[in-house]
Amino acid sequence: MANANTEALDSSSGALSGLAVFAPVIGWLIPGAGHLIQKKWLRGALLMISVLSMFILGIMMEGKVYSMNFGDVLDVLGFIGDLGSGILYFAARTLHWGRGAINIATADYGTKFIIVAGLLNVISAVDAYHIAIGKKS
Amino acid sequence: MILHPSHFTAAMIFSFFASLVFGITQKNTQREMVRYGVYCFAMFLLGTFVAGWAMALLRHWATS
Repeated sequence: MANANTEALDSSSGALSGLAVFAPVIGWLIPGAGHLIQKKWLRGALLMISVLSMFILGIMMEGKVYSMNFGDVLDVLGFIGDLGSGILYFAARTLHWGRGAINIATADYGTKFIIVAGLLNVISAVDAYHIAIGKKS
Repeated sequence: MILHPSHFTAAMIFSFFASLVFGITQKNTQREMVRYGVYCFAMFLLGTFVAGWAMALLRHWATS
């Protein structure tokens, strides 16, 4: 009996493990995609719109996109936050967006918008993982 | 295209999208999601006004 339960648990966790790994990774890379691949269309679309809007608005406000660095702690944290946006971050770096205008007050808001877009995307990816493992419907 | 919103507009845009994500990710049912999203937005709005008035009063107190 115990063996049968263990096997069922193993087989079910084995079946889930693919999606449980894939959903948060794709959700991180493409905002909202972790929900979309699990057919949570509305949630996925709203998350995608939210993260994408915040990131683009941040760029439009002339916010700064941090590059990888090992200097000031706040710069390192800014980089980690920005990296949360997944493909948006790499696109911004490649296209040289987000140079940051330090003489404009709203550019600082833009920098925060970009960081928070990344952090919200990480929360979305974790939520996609919870849906994949059945912790959330 | 460059955008320079006011402090208040930027805070409201931020609050709206953050509340949307919080609502979707932190609750299970659709009803709970909407309620929590609205609650978060209300708290952001309240926080904006409280912080705004606190800073205005502090400035008034410091300069008088």
